[in-house]
Amino acid sequence: ISMYHKEKSIQVKNSASALYNNLGVLRIAPRHLTYFTVVHANVVNMVSASWDGLNYSHRQLQSKEPNVATSTSLIMQAAFCPLPSRDLLVVTSQKGIQMYESDGSIMVYWHALDTPETPTAQAVFARGISAVRESYICVGVSSGAILVFDVPIKGSNITLSEVLKEHKESITDIAPECSGQPGMECIADLVSADDGGNLCVWKSGEDFQLLNNIPGFDMSCSSVKLWKGTVVAGYGTGQIHLYEAVTGILHAEINAHARWIYSLDIAPFSGLLLSAAEDSLVRVWHLTMTPETNSVEVAHLHNECVTDTQICGAKFCDGDGYAFAVTGYDLSEIIRYTQS
Amino acid sequence: MSERTLPLVFINLGGEMLYILDQRLHALNTSDDNSEKVMNDIVGTMFGKDFMDELLKPQQLYSHRTMKTVLTRLAHASIMRLNPASMDRLYELMVMAFKYQVLLCPRPKDLLLITYNHIDTIREFVKDTPVVGNKVDETHRKIIEIYSSLPEGEFQLLRQTLLIFFQDMHIRVSLFLKNQLQNPNGRFALSTSGPVPYGMDVPGLIRTFDRKGREVRRSEFPTGGSYTSPIRKGCFELHGDRVIRLGMNMYTVNHPEETHTSKAHSVKVITDDTPNLLAKEELNLLARLMGSMKADDMPKTETGFQINLFTTDQEEEEEPLFGVINIQAMQDEQAATQLAQIAGQFAEGEEQPENLSSSKGDDLLAMMDDL
Repeated sequence: ISMYHKEKSIQVKNSASALYNNLGVLRIAPRHLTYFTVVHANVVNMVSASWDGLNYSHRQLQSKEPNVATSTSLIMQAAFCPLPSRDLLVVTSQKGIQMYESDGSIMVYWHALDTPETPTAQAVFARGISAVRESYICVGVSSGAILVFDVPIKGSNITLSEVLKEHKESITDIAPECSGQPGMECIADLVSADDGGNLCVWKSGEDFQLLNNIPGFDMSCSSVKLWKGTVVAGYGTGQIHLYEAVTGILHAEINAHARWIYSLDIAPFSGLLLSAAEDSLVRVWHLTMTPETNSVEVAHLHNECVTDTQICGAKFCDGDGYAFAVTGYDLSEIIRYTQS
Repeated sequence: MSERTLPLVFINLGGEMLYILDQRLHALNTSDDNSEKVMNDIVGTMFGKDFMDELLKPQQLYSHRTMKTVLTRLAHASIMRLNPASMDRLYELMVMAFKYQVLLCPRPKDLLLITYNHIDTIREFVKDTPVVGNKVDETHRKIIEIYSSLPEGEFQLLRQTLLIFFQDMHIRVSLFLKNQLQNPNGRFALSTSGPVPYGMDVPGLIRTFDRKGREVRRSEFPTGGSYTSPIRKGCFELHGDRVIRLGMNMYTVNHPEETHTSKAHSVKVITDDTPNLLAKEELNLLARLMGSMKADDMPKTETGFQINLFTTDQEEEEEPLFGVINIQAMQDEQAATQLAQIAGQFAEGEEQPENLSSSKGDDLLAMMDDL
């Protein structure tokens, strides 16, 4: 019996663009709904899906243009930022950062990037989105800077609190510690990754503190996760590396995929890891921590092949990893899988 | 996104255009003199210093409308004249070929090898005319100089920008269908077997380490594919074995039917052109590119010859060069949905700029009308 089986796909108004981490998922348990976001060029497609599979509603968000005479601003990423007090949807593009209420109904904040008058060879864009701790949202920029926004409990008085300048190359992905264990003190709160494969580990606060810098090997880290103090990083080489966040010690190295990895996700309650790449494959792994030896074990559990598709987004739909969803370049659907 | 796509777009699309023109000119028994003149004129203009310098400036990749306009002008830099239906077919073939190459590109950096494959063949086309051959070499050197040192992440950004440009295009090409590179639904076939890209490891291995960095365990997992070690590295210099075959000339003189795009069951979309819907930036690029193709390079039209590139099943329509959206009869729901999406996409993609009331805007509009 296969570990997972395919469910009915959700149709989306546009096809997914080939962008890293191109799937956002937010589970709204009280209302038995799940929100999904998929980026298509300058548009974010949002689908709200009821758990009984009977109701789907769609919405589209456009990238904000500073003025109509310029060409379209392409969106790099859309991601949900769940905070204790509220959930926001953050959309990053070539021109700036938009923050919405989680259902996409109202834009609560706009931050414009510094774009030069005449284009330079270095592209300008924002990419890499993460909620951290109680009230921060971190967004990466093509220069390597990370913008830290302070988010009030409600309202639109979001402010830029700090700019972290540690990375020298474009930010690719940012992720919070997601162990989901109340009372577990994690030293590191955040990990950020860049196009050179460099990983920075941070402690959040009024002033963010750099705990560690794990050097890359000249290969883009397109997707990164932080779970129980372990960094899980996916690279353009198709490899996945597991590091101890604060020391940088390499726990494991997986030759996981035959093409560029585009998305990683972790189900925090079960330790399941999801990886997806341009090679058409989604793989499910299991991570086991052994606190006594401070070691991490990786076991491979399952493969899914999405025929003739370069996958660009893959995420678990719940904290146990009971279900996951997948998007692919040029596909106008969100493919779903559930445990058998 | 990437500001460096234009030179690669024009060299690769232009290269595909030349492959098809070369094949069709031979298939139609065009005189050697005429064929050579056509190739030399187009290549000479495409690789002209002014035109290339404009392309090499950092800038966004604009719409298919703009690309098609410039490529049409390039084609008409020769004594050959293409009718609008031919130009549409030509553009479809060019774009689908390049989309295939970009999608299948093993590593993002291999985009350069694909480009160099095109340049290598173009060089062959004009080998009897050193003046033009030199222009090709000069451009090749510039490309090497500018792109060679870019990191992989930047190439992937470039590739992602190109993939957005090609998004939702599933025009079926008989040559691709015949060789099973493309499925009947228009999507390209992606293999889960074969050599991994250069510099990558064959998947299947998990290695675990102790705190001192020593490997303590090695285990294998089933990959669901059958992968092999990479083949040797391609050459990124001016001359050499590129190893990768993407970007080489697929068309041969012996199979004229291979340049057909499939009409039935597919969606044919000719981009709608109303000049004042182009963003100002895009019009400016168009003006600069047109201006950089020098007037004295343009041959006199009296010596030109009309060519019907492709035999079509239906009668030629008397359309302006850029007509309205032309929709084929469709038979299945999927195509209908796809059409709605594509039509919607083009409609939504139109900019609504403020009135171009400045005289510069009017000049650009007038120029567009002259085409």
